[in-house]
Amino acid sequence: MVPISYYLILGGILFACGVTGFLIKRNIITIFMAIELMLNGVNLSFVAFAAQWKALSGQVFVFFVMVVAAAEAAVGLAIIIAVYRTRETLNVDRVNLLKL
Amino acid sequence: MLHLILFLAFGAVCVAGAINLLVQRHPINSALSLVVVMGSLAAEYLLLGAEFVAAVQVIVYAGAIMVLFVFVIMLLNAGEEERTKGSRVAMIFGIPGMLVGSLLIAWVLLEHSRTQSVAIGALPGPPKTLGWLLFHDYLLPFEVTSVLVLIAIMGAVVLAAPPESARRSD
Repeated sequence: MVPISYYLILGGILFACGVTGFLIKRNIITIFMAIELMLNGVNLSFVAFAAQWKALSGQVFVFFVMVVAAAEAAVGLAIIIAVYRTRETLNVDRVNLLKL
Repeated sequence: MLHLILFLAFGAVCVAGAINLLVQRHPINSALSLVVVMGSLAAEYLLLGAEFVAAVQVIVYAGAIMVLFVFVIMLLNAGEEERTKGSRVAMIFGIPGMLVGSLLIAWVLLEHSRTQSVAIGALPGPPKTLGWLLFHDYLLPFEVTSVLVLIAIMGAVVLAAPPESARRSD
């Protein structure tokens, strides 16, 4: 028997790691991976709450989160490729102009 | 007891992978530690009984999305990231503030959240039941996400296509 709160704390740790990575990383691809880490932390709490309330809807919502994450990854990585083509860098500090 | 041991083991692997993602400087190392995080999360889902979610986690997340990431890293030939000097104030106040905040949240969750304990495999999520829910109760959100994926595909193709000037010179 494991309390649901342990799962929630694990999800919280993952989310906090994601936020920290988003703030301290300078490589645009790594920042993107930190966002995926945050989404994973949220997914874990979805499944944990589904187990607590005995409601399978929580697990269905995980699929929706995964679909949105996949769509976001496809578009985001395409944007990264476009940025790299014009700027020749992946460092977010050097990408400081909106125009090309 | 077995549940707790397995939870702690996979949770430790998970957190170690997440911290390794932050520490590593080369994007490919970060990507591989993210795969470790996702794999151990799939084991946590199995412990909660969500077997189909665990399978999809491995196939979609650890498989498809991470392959996309690794592919882009190799395509762009991403090297080690340069360190830039962070702000001093953020270092001095941010780290203790984050520690205090997370300890507070953990304390509230442990002592006052009134969550129950669950046995291993608490809420089985068989594919049949999930499929019924997905194609019956959540049919409209499902169709909307399919439109979203279609738009994402078109957006990715448009954004990643070579610019007009490069195509004309061929």
